Amino acid sequence: MSTRGRLLAWTAALYGVALAVPAALFMLLAAGLPEQDATALMRVVEQRTPVLLFGALLLLPACAAAVKWLLGGYLAAAQDLAEHTRLIRSANAGLRLEAHGGPLAGVAAAVNELAEAYRGLQRDSEVRAAEARSRLEEERNRLAALMSELTQGVMVCNADGTILLYNEQARMLFAATDAAARPPLVGLGRSLFGLIDRAQIEHAAQRLERSLERGERLPSARLVTVTAAGRLLKVQVAPFLGAQARLAGLVLALEDVTELLGRESQRRSLLQLLAARIRAPAANIRAAAENLAAYPEIEAQRRTQFIDILAAESRALSSTLNDALREYADALKAALRLEDMRVTDLLEFARLRIAGALGVATELDEVADELWVRVDSYALVQAMVHLAVRLRDEHGVRKLALRARPAERYVEIDLAWSGAIVASDALTQWELQPMEGGAEQSPLAVRDVLEEHGGEVWYWSEGVGGLRSGGFRFLIPGAQRAETTARAGGAAQSRPEYYDFDLFARDAVPAALNEAPLVKLSYTVFDTETTGLEPSAGDEIISIGAVRVVNGRLLRNEVFEQLVNPHRALNPDSARVHRIDAATLRNQPAIGEVLPSFHHFCEDTVLVAHNAAFDMRFLELKQASSGVRFSQPVLDTLLLSAVVHPSLEDHSLEAIAARLGVSVMGRHTALGDALLTAEILMKLLPLLAERGIRNLGQALEASRKSYYARLQY
Amino acid sequence: MAKKVLIVDDEPNIVASLEFLLRQSGYEVHVAADGAAALRQVQAVAPDLVLLDVMMPEKSGYDVCQRIRAHPEWSNIRIVMLSAKGREAEMTKGLSLGADAYVTKPFSNAELVARIGELLQEGGSPEGA
Repeated sequence: MSTRGRLLAWTAALYGVALAVPAALFMLLAAGLPEQDATALMRVVEQRTPVLLFGALLLLPACAAAVKWLLGGYLAAAQDLAEHTRLIRSANAGLRLEAHGGPLAGVAAAVNELAEAYRGLQRDSEVRAAEARSRLEEERNRLAALMSELTQGVMVCNADGTILLYNEQARMLFAATDAAARPPLVGLGRSLFGLIDRAQIEHAAQRLERSLERGERLPSARLVTVTAAGRLLKVQVAPFLGAQARLAGLVLALEDVTELLGRESQRRSLLQLLAARIRAPAANIRAAAENLAAYPEIEAQRRTQFIDILAAESRALSSTLNDALREYADALKAALRLEDMRVTDLLEFARLRIAGALGVATELDEVADELWVRVDSYALVQAMVHLAVRLRDEHGVRKLALRARPAERYVEIDLAWSGAIVASDALTQWELQPMEGGAEQSPLAVRDVLEEHGGEVWYWSEGVGGLRSGGFRFLIPGAQRAETTARAGGAAQSRPEYYDFDLFARDAVPAALNEAPLVKLSYTVFDTETTGLEPSAGDEIISIGAVRVVNGRLLRNEVFEQLVNPHRALNPDSARVHRIDAATLRNQPAIGEVLPSFHHFCEDTVLVAHNAAFDMRFLELKQASSGVRFSQPVLDTLLLSAVVHPSLEDHSLEAIAARLGVSVMGRHTALGDALLTAEILMKLLPLLAERGIRNLGQALEASRKSYYARLQY
Repeated sequence: MAKKVLIVDDEPNIVASLEFLLRQSGYEVHVAADGAAALRQVQAVAPDLVLLDVMMPEKSGYDVCQRIRAHPEWSNIRIVMLSAKGREAEMTKGLSLGADAYVTKPFSNAELVARIGELLQEGGSPEGA
């Protein structure tokens, strides 16, 4: 029964008693009287009926007031107590009841004691859970570290083509080259078919299934695809096996072969060009030379003519060769096994190998972090180790130093020592020997490694006597490397969450979205900052921030964050809240450009915002000008909070956060508020489930009721 | 007195042309077919300029160059390296090891003679290498 109902019932009871007592007294009084007096009494009563009725009427509000005074506070306090106690159990064990006066004070104190004990228990199990989690986390971190170190892009999807795992490299491969383009996005729970043609993937999957049926070990399929940005990707597809060795998903290894193929075709055209342009002059030279050789008695004029031909054609041949080689210089670099690497990392690797395998103390001088080389690091380190072995064995060098510095397009790497003098042609011999280092032997020589790199090595020495020092100087082509791992969103401090194998277990999304369990849905939780509070009066969005929640996980690195030029002045009151100044906004895109990108980001998700009506109003007003319509279902954390805690009044973000134990940071940026809202959503979902609200249809219906309840209120 | 040029190359066909060309240009020409012979000739003849092929069996042109530069008394010998490989890294290596010029094959006779002429003129005021 509601508080109001209880109060009405108590009032009715009291009123009944209040009327019954004088009536009974009157009956008692009248019962013993002689008939004459009784008749007189009845007459008095009859004459005074209006006064008595008035008195009875007056008694009703008096009773109501008395009940409200006596019980109202008590009942509300009891209900509040119940609500908060439930909250302690379900959401925030750290919450404590405030001291109540009166008889409930003891109950509140007892509940607080119970809460303390409960929290103790909860902490115990949290500690145990945390231990288990950290072990799991370690495994996951290893996986994530492994993935992020790969130069290849990797994606894993389930049988429906939903992405379960990807690494940063995969995301970069599909990223847009210019901001205006809106290629399909790589993200957990997003579809692979947006990125790679569905038919191609299905064809690969069928081939893999057939291979599995035939019992082939390690089956794989290859395909080549073009990204929206025009990059050519070579994709190796391997099966992800589920129960009974059936195909449960696909593992895709992606490699950008745009340059490689370009270089390959360049090499082919170089060969064709050389064949075509050299054949003719070679024929001319040969014919003229053979004539001169065969006919020594040839007349002087003819002889001069042939000699001129020889001169002209050989000149042409030289320049053809030079031009072609210059033009195709890049194509001739055998870059197949070369990759870009930080020099520091390369030298640290070399230092460990030389010190570890040879017992030669090796120190590494500081190297600028931004120095990169294009190397086959394994082979190059092997070359260094080989030279270190020779130095140790033939010259007793037991202490080496590694240094590097930029030299125009190259990087000079010195393997230096002091004291020993090495014959200048010793290096030439060592360069041609098969490389050895510790137990390993390679069929390659240092010279082969340098040829592969387009690099060189030489010996230098300086100083005299005891101060003499020398070294081998490697000249290795440098590389420019942009930092691709820097996060765009800036929101993620923890390890990026690029994987979610729980999605494997995910059923296909039910036809009716309304039936979909809330915890399985994909959400885009967003917030906007605006110039003011009245969209109809011309206020505009100046910032949109959003984050994805997929399969019950908040994906902190799948975020959308964009400032928007409002093309109008800022309201100073709002500006104080969001602290964005007009100058910052001047260079930002207009809302007409931003909304389509945001729409793209939200595709196939449920929208969530706090006080969503406000944000949706702004989006709807821009529908015509931006050409995008946000037609997906919308959930409002304000209303959901009211559904969960109907008797509480404050449903502001701060109040809910405090109630549910969500720490508040980075507020009043669109992304900061979106992240906070998302965390609140995650806390609300189990509370909704307790109230039997488990699917989207139920949540929408409950929100609607709660909305009208609040309106009436 | 004519300046002395030592040609070091293991390919007789190019040696024939170079020898002829440099004689015609008025130099006293000596020839060595490999690195070891080259160093003996440098010792014996004390050339003003060495025309040094990079790719030779046994001792490479780089080794010969480095040996010559290791002797302070030979510091005013000009060294022109000839190579069939024209990569930037090799040129850098040659110049780092003390060569005065690095010429890739094929080259123009006239240009080579001009370059040698320039170097030998500068050679009048040698700088320590």
